[in-house]
This record gives sequence, C-alpha cells and structure tokens, in this order.
Amino acid sequence: MSMKQQYGQPKDNYHAKIIAKSTFIFIICVILTLICLIPIYILIVNSTHGHMDLAKNPSNFWFGDSLADNFNTLLGKVKTGAARQYSGSFDVVQGYINSLLIAGATTGLTVFFSALTAYGLTVYDFKLRSAAYTFIIAVMMIPVQVSSAGFVRFMYQLGLINNYIPLIVPAIAAPAVIFFMRSYMKSSFPLDIVEAARIDGCAEFRTFLTIAIPMMKPAIAVQAIFAFVANWNNFYTQNMILKNEKLVTMPIMVAKVLGFDKNIDYGVNYLCITLSILPIVVIYFILSKFIIAGVALGGVKE
Amino acid sequence: MASAAQRRIKSISYAKYGYMFIAPFFLVYCFFQIWPLIYTFILSFQGNQSLNGQFVGLDNYTTILFGHGVAQGAAATSEKFMNALGNTFILWFGNFIPQILLSLLLAVWFTDAKVKLPGKGFFKVVMYMPNIITAASVAALFVNLFGDSKYYFINATLMNMGLEEPIKFVTDPIVSKIMVMFIQTWLWFGNTMIMLMSGIMGINPSLFEAANIDGANSRQVFFKVTLPLLQPIMVYTLVTSMIGGLQMFDIPFLYHQGANYSLDLETVAVFIYANFNKGTVEQANYGYAGAASIIIFIITAILGSITFYMNRDKDEIAQKKQRKRAMKQYKEKMKRGGLTL
Repeated sequence: MSMKQQYGQPKDNYHAKIIAKSTFIFIICVILTLICLIPIYILIVNSTHGHMDLAKNPSNFWFGDSLADNFNTLLGKVKTGAARQYSGSFDVVQGYINSLLIAGATTGLTVFFSALTAYGLTVYDFKLRSAAYTFIIAVMMIPVQVSSAGFVRFMYQLGLINNYIPLIVPAIAAPAVIFFMRSYMKSSFPLDIVEAARIDGCAEFRTFLTIAIPMMKPAIAVQAIFAFVANWNNFYTQNMILKNEKLVTMPIMVAKVLGFDKNIDYGVNYLCITLSILPIVVIYFILSKFIIAGVALGGVKE
Repeated sequence: MASAAQRRIKSISYAKYGYMFIAPFFLVYCFFQIWPLIYTFILSFQGNQSLNGQFVGLDNYTTILFGHGVAQGAAATSEKFMNALGNTFILWFGNFIPQILLSLLLAVWFTDAKVKLPGKGFFKVVMYMPNIITAASVAALFVNLFGDSKYYFINATLMNMGLEEPIKFVTDPIVSKIMVMFIQTWLWFGNTMIMLMSGIMGINPSLFEAANIDGANSRQVFFKVTLPLLQPIMVYTLVTSMIGGLQMFDIPFLYHQGANYSLDLETVAVFIYANFNKGTVEQANYGYAGAASIIIFIITAILGSITFYMNRDKDEIAQKKQRKRAMKQYKEKMKRGGLTL
C-alpha cells in the first residue's frame, strides 16, 4: 500500500480539516453570541408590551404596541396604583441626572489624579518612591466590602449620609488606575521631555498639565471609559450611602422596582430595566474598539 | 556634553515635587480607605446593637466562627456565616470552572492562525458586552425573564414547547444557585477570554511555528506550549477571580430580594452588608460585620500575596541572587588573604 492510498491527498485532507474546524468554531460562536444578545433583545421586545398582553402571553419574540402606555405609567401620567408606585420609585430623568453626575465627577477625578500620581512616581526620584509604589500595588486588590462597615459608620459620624461626597471624593484614590498609567508612562513617556521643559523655564505642574496629559491621552481615554462604566454600575456603595429618594441613582431604582411585591406591571418592569442599561450599551457599541483594546492591555503585565 | 543650564538643573532637587504630586492620592486613600479599614478592625472587637461601642474582645470572632459567645443567637449567627461562606465558595467555584474552560477554548480558537473565522471582531465585542451592563439591571432582567410561574418569559416559552410544570428558577435552592452561576459566567467569560487572548498573543509565535514544523497537533500545541506559557496569566486570572468571588454581592443579593428573600444565595458580602445596614446604629450588628470583614481581608491578603509572589520579575530576582553569590565569593576570597587559587 502506498502512502497516497493510506492517507489520501495530504493537502486535501488538511484543507477539509481546517474548514470543518472553522465551521464548528463559527457555529459555537454564533450560539454564544445569541446567548449574549437574546436576553437583551427579549428585554427590549417585552418593554413594548402591555401588562395584560404579557399576562396572557409572556413569550413574545416581536415588538408590541404598548411602549407609549408603559411610558405613561412610568411617568405617572395615568391614575392607577401601578403608575403611582412606579413613578414614585423610578424617576427616570432624576435617575439619569444623578447617575451622570456621580459617574462624570468620579471619572474626571480618577483619571486626573491617577495621571498626577503616576507622573509623580515616574518622573521624580525621591526617597519614598519605591515604598509608595509598593504600597499602591499592595492595596490594589483590597475589596471595598472589607472596609465598608467602618466606612459607613465613619460617614454617619461625619454626617455624610445622603451626600455625594463619600461617593465622589474617594475616586481620587484609584490604585489600579495608577498602576495602569504608570506602566503606560514607563513605556511611552520620554523623561527627556521633562528636562527640556525645565530648561525652557516651564514650571513643574504646568509641564504635567500641558505636556504629560496630552501625551497620555490614549491611557486616559481607556481608563476614563472603564471608570465611567464602573461608577455608573456601582450599586453597592451608592446603596449604602444614598437613602433619600431624590438622590438615588439608576441601579438603586432598578433594585427598588425589583423589590415590588404588589401592583406589578410586567411591561413597565421591562421598560425600567431597558432604560437603565440603554445608555451604557449605546456607549459600549460606539466605543467597543477602545474598550476591547483596554481589557487586553490590562491583562498584560508590564 | 551637558550645557551649563543642564548641569545647573541636575543639581536642583525635584524630590519635593514628587511628594506633592502623590500627596492627594495618599491623603484621600488614608481618609476614605485606610481609616475605615482600621475602624472596621476596631469595630470587630466591639459589641453589637445596644452593646455598640463596648470592647468585647474576640467575642464576635468566636461567635461567627464557632457559635459560642455571650450574645443571644450566637449559634444561629455562626450558622448563617458558615452558610454564607459555603455559598460564596460554591457560587464562585460553579462560575469559575465553566468560565475559565469556555474562555480558554475561545481564546485558543480566536488566536489560532489556522482557523478562518469571519466576524472575529464582532464576536469579541458581543461576548464582552454583558460585562459592562449594570449588575443590578442584569439581576432584575433575569428575575423578570426566569420568574417561577407560567407568567414569565422562560417558563411560558418552555411550557409552550411542552413542559408540564414551571421550573422554579428563582426560589428553588439548587436551581437558583445554578442560575447565579450561569449569570456570573455570562457576565465574565468575555472579559476572561480577552485577557487570556492577550496572554496567548504575547507568546513568541516562533514557538508555535516550531511546534507545527515538528508535527504537533493542536491538542499537543495547547498542552505542551500554550498552557505552560500561559501559567502566569492563569494564576493572575484565578486569584483576581477568587478575590472577585469573595466580593460577590449584586447578583446574589438582588436575585433573592424582597418577596423571594432567602438564605440560599447569601454570600459573605451580603452577610456583612445585612449586618451593618439595618436601621440605626443600635439595631445594626457592626461587630459581626467587622469580624466577617476582617476574615475576608485576611483571605484576600493571602490570595493577593500569592499573585504578588508569582508575578515578581524573575530575571531581576535571578540577578539579585547572582550578585549576592558573587559578593559571597569575593568575601570568601578576601578571607583567604586575597589569594586566587
């Protein structure tokens, strides 16, 4: 028996194998894509169906015509028990404003001060530099939950419950972001530039503002996106600090809607959840390239 | 040649700017993180409810760990904590294993140059998407889709397809755990996949080429080349996932909220939260919350130091060792009167 008879055409076999494997992988990927997208799709579809409609047939795969009615109930424009309950707990506009305020402010503080700290650790040589850096790496992994009991008690003592200060100001200290920015500076920020600026008589802080920040734009953009998403989604800390109806953010409102046990309107439930995730999903699909690249960078150690 | 100005600048010390630049971080971190952490530690030695503020020694620790203590219901509290610890471990394990297997498989496929996969970028984007959605909304979404009765989407659809009785996706102790594992996997597999992909792409491609030329099949390449070289990133993923698992809060907390409340999904983070976040200071159990927090902190510290140890710069350590050895040899030599034998 010759080799050819036993194994067939070596090249054909190879190609067939690769095509089979690729097809198999493609099918798996399509299935996973569907698993990721179907819940979101069903969510949006169901938020366009009315309560009676959903009670009769909860299994819908296409859009209904009650989106306007659901909105009216949510905004309290009709006089039903459900409308009173939903419009009282889920004030969409206020929720967006509050969430945007917190997420926006924390994002700004996080990226600015992290860049500042990373700059200080990279550019200047001082006695405690390596100690400071080791400290930042060491605390990077401490979970929030560990200090939250003391944090809340402390905020009660300071009278900062129902205040945005404990949610916004701590954003100045973000060890993981500093770690990322320092690695970025180490690899793509030439220190000679600082010296050149000095010779030209530029003050240290101005060098940071006008030279370092523009050069660090890519790192800042990636970290800003992550900080914004993380703070928009933060339920744990916000739920501990914010007890006042007027101050609560989107995730807390969703949690409240989830806790209703009477006068539930399924359509409005779905609408509330849709409204809470819509901005973030839209932002994600616009910026997905940066985000994916950012996640990949985070995985590679220096 | 350095100019006069350059030399003058070299002689100025800029150290104070370094301190000024890193000061805001340290001030804020100490005020909002370090002090609360120390305060949590102090609280863990103080009493609960009406005993709040009084020193009780290790009572909270013995109560939540072993069930002896002066407080009423010490045994019940211990049982609750142990239940929470067990749940945390089960839920973490049940989402980590499928997540890492799936992510690893996808990462290998996506980085395999031989596989012709159209729409790779699209798949990556979609698979990462669940990770950016608000966890609170995800919990709400799944409770609304997977509700226990025939009035909810999944059960209604399954019953249209011929299922007799609705499945209790939300309230059944075992099914609800599986649901939380599924949701956690759904949320995180894209993230892990992209991290592992960047790890695989960091491996020197000539190693894969060499393996291919030597006639290794894809299984051999995976087990003999990819996996061993991916080890540091796997350890990193494992430990960050474990620390993340210890913090698991949003999904288990919200999945069993309100009418569906039960202890089946209570994790340690939920236990801590439920103990300090109730009513006034006189009603809350800051002592138990503090003790549980410190226990979690110790576990986290151990796990963290493992990654820290594994991710040290190995070359630098080797260099240091070599320098030490050279120094020793040199000293030895000096002792013998500087004679070279």
